[in-house]
Amino acid sequence: MASSRDDFVIAIRSAFLKKSYQQKFSLLTLIFLSLVVIILGSFNFKAIQYIKIGVNEVIYRSSFIVSIPENYFNDLNIKIKEHLSFYDQYKKNEIELKKLKEKKLSNDFLILENNKLRELINETIQSKDVYAKVLVDKDSPYLKSIVLNKGSKDNVKIGMAIVDKSYLVGKIIEVNYTSSRALLLSDLNSKIPVLLEPIDIHAVLSGTGKNYGVIEYTKDEYKQKLNNDKIIVYTSGYGGLFKPGLPVGKIITNNLNKDDEVNFFSDFRQLDYVKIVAYEIGSGN
Amino acid sequence: MSSLNKNTLIKSLLFYLPLFLLFLSVLNEIDFNYLKIEYFSFNFAHILIFYWTLKNPRYLNYGSIFLAGIVNDVVISMPIGLSSFCYLLICAVTAYLRNITIKPNFINDWISFLFTILLVNSIQVISLDIIFLTEVNYMRYLINSGFTFILYPVFVFLFNILEKKIAIQKND
Repeated sequence: MASSRDDFVIAIRSAFLKKSYQQKFSLLTLIFLSLVVIILGSFNFKAIQYIKIGVNEVIYRSSFIVSIPENYFNDLNIKIKEHLSFYDQYKKNEIELKKLKEKKLSNDFLILENNKLRELINETIQSKDVYAKVLVDKDSPYLKSIVLNKGSKDNVKIGMAIVDKSYLVGKIIEVNYTSSRALLLSDLNSKIPVLLEPIDIHAVLSGTGKNYGVIEYTKDEYKQKLNNDKIIVYTSGYGGLFKPGLPVGKIITNNLNKDDEVNFFSDFRQLDYVKIVAYEIGSGN
Repeated sequence: MSSLNKNTLIKSLLFYLPLFLLFLSVLNEIDFNYLKIEYFSFNFAHILIFYWTLKNPRYLNYGSIFLAGIVNDVVISMPIGLSSFCYLLICAVTAYLRNITIKPNFINDWISFLFTILLVNSIQVISLDIIFLTEVNYMRYLINSGFTFILYPVFVFLFNILEKKIAIQKND
């Protein structure tokens, strides 16, 4: 019994402390070093922040270069699928275009009317746009985020909105000198205030870690109204980060598990270029 | 003379191939996400580190594994140092297994691998959830561990071929 315990101790000691096979560091030293890095990383010292930014810059660019072959296959896969469904898509688009042309006329009028009403109450919404290329868009099981090629050099700040065409995609959570990271709406840690229209109910849209979001913290009556209407989710503008009225997605009622999924308008897996936007909402008051 | 140089080059390239694959996998996050298969994901780096450090740690030195962990943390935006710690834990398990194993056996290695990835992923999930207060999808981690475990024999088969080639080049 004592001998087997001794063997165990010897094996453990040898595994952790022995610097065999041309190893420059023992395993125990490196394990301690990684623990030190974890602890230092959680402090917000200026020196550590600068080191982090430097490391991020180098690794993001390297990751972009290394990902080129995989991205090529990704694009090829999308192109082949698009070619295969070309005719069906054309027919669908033709019908949709007719409907949209009809809607556009009434929308133009509403936009003009809205602008006039804003002028009457002296409210202005100004935005600063920065166009950015998506460097890294790794769909990891841990985090749904993208790395962009614009950073503090281009006046990108934490909290700025990321927009694909006119659809909200996420917000900036980390800024380096020439790159930044944006958290996508689909991430588990993403929570944004939204407005459900046309039922006019405020709620919070949460990410799920999958390709859809869920509605949280809202009135129960929204569930009753859900069956009757086709509900579109817009940003509510609460919190002041995003402009009110940015389209996010539409609600799809899932009868199987009673969870209402928000299907995002933008396909987060196909983002090449996005717009980083900062909104300034001015008021006459 | 030129044939000798060519052989030395191939030998070096093959020798550093596991290290190259490790950095490629952490920088690129090989995940086949373009196939759009829901829930499908596996941790190639875990398989690679387990196999090569168990076989012979000369192919992947611990310092490089530590650096690869840092790179992985930056790419997938995890707290810096966490992946390094997890990768080094895999190395610790493989070093222990090497010390206690007299005759290597694939089934034993496979079961040990399951135990190792469950341990490492549990540490990662718990520290993310409790210490770093990041909301984590436990099911995704479990599925990821499951696929990593299932795919281990496939990669062992491929790595065995590579290992034989490296050994032949070494003997030449």
